[in-house]
Amino acid sequence: MHRHALRLLAVLGLAVLGSTSLAAQAPGNGHPEDYAPADIAYGARLYDSQCTTCHGPNGDGVGGIDFKTGKFHTAVTDRDLAGVITNGVAGKGMPAFKFDASELAGVIAYLRNINAFDRSSVKPGDAVRGQQVFEGKGDCGHCHRVGARGPRAAPDLSDIGATRGAGSIMRTLMDPSSQMMPINRPVHAVTRDGRVINGRRLNEDTYTVQLIDDQERLVSLTKADLREYTIRTVSPMPSYKGKLTDEEAADLLAYLLSLKGR
Amino acid sequence: MMTRRATVARTVALLVAALAVRAHAQVTSDRLVNAARDAQNWITYSGTYFSQRHSTLAQITPANVKNLELKWMYQAAAPGGWQTSPLVVDGIMYVTQRPNDVVALDAKTGRVFWIYRHTLDPTQIVCCGANNRGLAMLGDTLFMGTLDARLVAIDAKTGRPIWNIAVADNKAGYSVTLAPLVVKDKVLVGVGGGEFGIRGFVAAYDARTGKQVWRFYTIPGPGEAGYDTWEACPAAQKTFCDPSAWKHGGGSVWVTGSYDPALNLTYWGVGNAGPDYNQEQRPGDNLYTDSVVALDADTGALKWHYQFTPHDRYDYDSVQVPVLADITWHGAPLKAMFWANRNGYFYVLDRETGQFLLGKPFVKVNWSSGIDEHGRPIQTPQPPGQPTWPGNQGGTNWYSPSYSPRTRLFYLSAWENYATIFGGLPAEYQEGRGFGGGVLRPVEPVPGAPGLAGLGRRGPINNWTETAGSGAVIALDPTTGERKWRFPTTDVTDSGILTTATDLLFTGGREGYFQALDARTGTLLWKASLGAQIINAPTTYAVDGKQYVATVSGLSLCVFGLRE
Amino acid sequence: MHQRSWVGLGLLLTLTIAPAARAQVTADGLLNAGRDARNWITYSGTYASQRYSTLAQITPANAKNLELKWMYQGAVPGGWEATPLVVDGVMYVTQRPNDVVALDAKTGRVFWIYHPTLDPVQIVCCGANNRGLAILGDTLFLGTLDAHLIAIDTKTGRPVWNTKIAEGRTGYSVTMAPLVVKDKVLLGVGGSDFGVRGFVAAYDAHSGKEAWRSYMVPGPGEPGFETWQACPEKPTTYCDPEAWKHGGGAVWVTGSYDPTLNLTYWGTGNPGPDYNPFQRPGDNLYTTSVVALDADTGTLKWHYQFTPQDRYDYDAVQIPVLADLTWHGAPLKAMLWANRNGYFYLLDRATGKFLQAEPFIKLNWASGFDEGGRPIQTPQAEGQPTWPSSPGGTNWYSPSYSPRTGLFYLSVWENFAAIVKSSRSDYVEGRIFGGGGPTPFVPVPGAPTSPGFRRGPINTWTEAVGSGAIMALDATTGKLKWKFPLHDGNESGILTTASDVLFAGTNDGYFQAMDARSGTLLWKTILGGQVVNGPITYEIDGKQYVATISGLSLCVFGLHE
Repeated sequence: MHRHALRLLAVLGLAVLGSTSLAAQAPGNGHPEDYAPADIAYGARLYDSQCTTCHGPNGDGVGGIDFKTGKFHTAVTDRDLAGVITNGVAGKGMPAFKFDASELAGVIAYLRNINAFDRSSVKPGDAVRGQQVFEGKGDCGHCHRVGARGPRAAPDLSDIGATRGAGSIMRTLMDPSSQMMPINRPVHAVTRDGRVINGRRLNEDTYTVQLIDDQERLVSLTKADLREYTIRTVSPMPSYKGKLTDEEAADLLAYLLSLKGR
Repeated sequence: MMTRRATVARTVALLVAALAVRAHAQVTSDRLVNAARDAQNWITYSGTYFSQRHSTLAQITPANVKNLELKWMYQAAAPGGWQTSPLVVDGIMYVTQRPNDVVALDAKTGRVFWIYRHTLDPTQIVCCGANNRGLAMLGDTLFMGTLDARLVAIDAKTGRPIWNIAVADNKAGYSVTLAPLVVKDKVLVGVGGGEFGIRGFVAAYDARTGKQVWRFYTIPGPGEAGYDTWEACPAAQKTFCDPSAWKHGGGSVWVTGSYDPALNLTYWGVGNAGPDYNQEQRPGDNLYTDSVVALDADTGALKWHYQFTPHDRYDYDSVQVPVLADITWHGAPLKAMFWANRNGYFYVLDRETGQFLLGKPFVKVNWSSGIDEHGRPIQTPQPPGQPTWPGNQGGTNWYSPSYSPRTRLFYLSAWENYATIFGGLPAEYQEGRGFGGGVLRPVEPVPGAPGLAGLGRRGPINNWTETAGSGAVIALDPTTGERKWRFPTTDVTDSGILTTATDLLFTGGREGYFQALDARTGTLLWKASLGAQIINAPTTYAVDGKQYVATVSGLSLCVFGLRE
Repeated sequence: MHQRSWVGLGLLLTLTIAPAARAQVTADGLLNAGRDARNWITYSGTYASQRYSTLAQITPANAKNLELKWMYQGAVPGGWEATPLVVDGVMYVTQRPNDVVALDAKTGRVFWIYHPTLDPVQIVCCGANNRGLAILGDTLFLGTLDAHLIAIDTKTGRPVWNTKIAEGRTGYSVTMAPLVVKDKVLLGVGGSDFGVRGFVAAYDAHSGKEAWRSYMVPGPGEPGFETWQACPEKPTTYCDPEAWKHGGGAVWVTGSYDPTLNLTYWGTGNPGPDYNPFQRPGDNLYTTSVVALDADTGTLKWHYQFTPQDRYDYDAVQIPVLADLTWHGAPLKAMLWANRNGYFYLLDRATGKFLQAEPFIKLNWASGFDEGGRPIQTPQAEGQPTWPSSPGGTNWYSPSYSPRTGLFYLSVWENFAAIVKSSRSDYVEGRIFGGGGPTPFVPVPGAPTSPGFRRGPINTWTEAVGSGAIMALDATTGKLKWKFPLHDGNESGILTTASDVLFAGTNDGYFQAMDARSGTLLWKTILGGQVVNGPITYEIDGKQYVATISGLSLCVFGLHE
């Protein structure tokens, strides 16, 4: 009787994975190799600052729980883990943590890789230097907006660090098209009277499409009025693969992760 | 010039006559059998016992449909999907609204006569919100099933309850969300609860007293025919196996059935096996889950069954409306049943015998590679982590299809190219608790990127693509299962479909459009932008010689008619 | 490196479109909003708040050809009081709980939705109400239930800044649409029923920094503080020596602005506690008043108090309607005000001078005015009904003034009365501070009625309880010109146009067009949900549209083609 399966399953306490912004690249049953290195590294930093007080640096600080075993008291899936972290465990001293989706994905990725993760292999990025990369070498602000600065042609990044996981952001930098949300796809349209419209898709239905055009106007088009209508699946964003050093990429990632919106 | 006394006498006589007419029962059993000839009214969930959701009203035509305008709206206040299909009897519309109300309205103006509010057990257990799909009517009495698994008879004139009986124990997860079906002097209902490990059934109640007349369990018990399809647990099985799986075997019935008066058979689609996704713990075919059952209308005795998805692991509820039609099949007359199943196949069965005649996919399917000559699907379970087509919500679902005897086409709302990654997990039965037994994952277009909340409701912004599936209205030639035409929609659709004798097709969708298509070609003729999901099945009726079309979008019940 | 960027792509392919980087709505544009009738860029249409449009395509002759063009539906139940803005074909509207939606004003399809994260603890009297937005440049301004002001980019729906303006947890909230004046965003706070100390404040539109704040309850040493009198030495009933600290005076409906006088006008709410005047002796300024504030500094220029020492919850939270009239042969910068207390006032908006007041419904709380414009109050004996009842003869519903007809139009509740009871109320932060309350006066004691003042789809009330009307008053005499009686009380705003068409909705779910000169019904449609917003009109591609909200449906109408 599942008409609205995901909502339903959430109500029933069943596991639904990757339905929202969890580390969806992971199938959710905890295979360490399924998690992106950037998520694990981000999670490690969060773990160090938020979790070690009780669970200790090695994950065995609370009696009867040892994260290194890969087993948890009640949680089986990533969804379960997310539930325990965000809701806490009443009466057991586990508080509810207010992590955003990116942070949650990171912490779970780290918990799944607490054995394998080698801190020395990752040099944590620096958000301040990352902002310099954003504005300088990366020239990200040429297309992207953060807060009240920058153009609106490309997606606004003001809260990117709250909505996308570290792994997803890193993959975006290296292979933008692989991570482009369908809603952000470039639209090219020509009206019957020859007007050319280029922009980024915001919404679409059977009869109409909504976009922000390259003059930063909100435009709604009725498809029946168009002579030409193309949606591109290739992102116009350039890949930064090989263009940034590992250190610069880590810094940029740290900066982007620091953008949590308002 | 009449004397005053004469005038009074005449007035009294007229009044008496009017009262006498009114004292007639509004909806008789005969009228139900002949509902197709009574097109100005809509007196049973699917329009007629054959459930074709086809009307012979012909005032609105492909030529004038562009002149449709909103005649009135009525708005409900309790949020959530509004799946109801209203009844219209002699100018009065009866409609259910959340949580479990009945509203009587003037079908011409939408103004309210009365509202009946059923007092629900505060602890009702339902899977998917306070859904109710509508009413049945006999005489001057309306019948409504409730979320707390009761059946209530309501006086159509006053909105007062006449009787109110328990159908099942809601604490154990039973509920009634379907519109009941009146056959002769009985009210037939099925129960929901397939996600709570219920043991499903169809039951008939005396319309006058509410006394149960018969009950057919969709899960046979020990000693009954079909019980052998709940096989004993193999000794060698290493994974969890439930030795008394049949006791909470599911098989809910939550969409209204059909009736063939000549055969005196009622047909009901049966829901998933419990637990939904972990078939390993319930070896065997698990009859009569995911089946259609043909029951004697007087006794509830099983005449035949056909199982669409044996040993289901995908929640492929066969809870669709059985569509009955008399057609010519390979040159001979056939009492046919058409069935577009959640599992992605379109079926033709002989409704007298249950014989399988045709099964053909109408969407991408990979859970099965075909159907053998006996009508049994050749199942091809996918490796763990790989997507299965169709996904958990199916190629279609409970949304009412339509069959037009004029175009001889079968119309349905489909989810195209939509898949789910399934995974089973052992589930221990606990009364009243979710009994799903699995992990579901949608196929996401951009792994790791933020999605909108699930597949359930996408909201006004469609952030999905063809990768995650899209929708369509599909017209099938039932004699071949071939597509005649297809009307694609960007978002998936859960709307029902209505056709009329002028070859118009009315349907809605998640994007909030209500549209009229040419039933022969699928060409768009007219649309209205109503701004919220349409998940009910449209109906049509006439009052004072004017045809109306009604649908529900969001929390607005909208009625359209021709501009004058 | 950027030849493939979005910007580059656009430049390469789009040579036909002139850049439109200009700000959408300027301060000048707001001054001249009346001349820009295609758009609806501030809550009441213009700074004068006449809710009058010069669009004239829809006329008394063709109004019957109106048809539904599109609908958009909210999903969170409750009254939807928002007035949308429309700028260059894009509609911006708020919906419950505190969302902003940008829609194509021609088709109703959605560009973006902004959903702010609110403090889970919100203290509001009457549900998740929000009445709309203000706009300046490419920025929208939204007040929130947890008393923040948020600036939002019109193009992306992303927040630009977010300023906390008061402590939501003590009962402050913002439900009104802000008002942009020059480079500032002005707004007031709700919370009179929680004992807040009301204020109007101005924020820099660019930074969100507070520029000025004007309290509606003066503190010690400030003028007006003397109207919060000291308690008698031996009070006969409870008296609160620090009544001013939680004196109310909330401001929860958008004000108006006169650019020539550089004054903004705001209506203020009831004193706290609502129903017990005995614990706050004095007139309780500036509650239930209109205040004229300097737009640059917030300095009080003048005030007029409609209901001194209010005991009926007669919030003066109505839209100040500004009109230039001829009064006794001389030009007058007038302010027109139909008050919740049942009087229709004419004030001189340059000086605040009281010129005239006429009752527009039955009332018995006052018998008239002294020459200084102070009402002569006639409190009723205990247990006896007071007309009007606490929802008032009218309320926050936007009225309209048509300079063509010289008539002032409003939605009213006629013949509603309440038995008002006072009782001691001790102030507790964040808790209701009512001091008693009204009981609707019902003609059949003990008979079941709909709870409260909102009715369901079935109207079980009788004419003896009260009914509703749309009224047209002569602005200069205050006399009734025409009346369109309604079965139910009415809470819809009113819109008039230059073709003398009046649009209004009703509590029982109709939306109708009327002849503004005669009150004749021209057209109606049945929308099935209560209309509690103020209708607006706008134009796109040469076609006039009218928008209203009924229940959870935002409905837009235009002429059938």
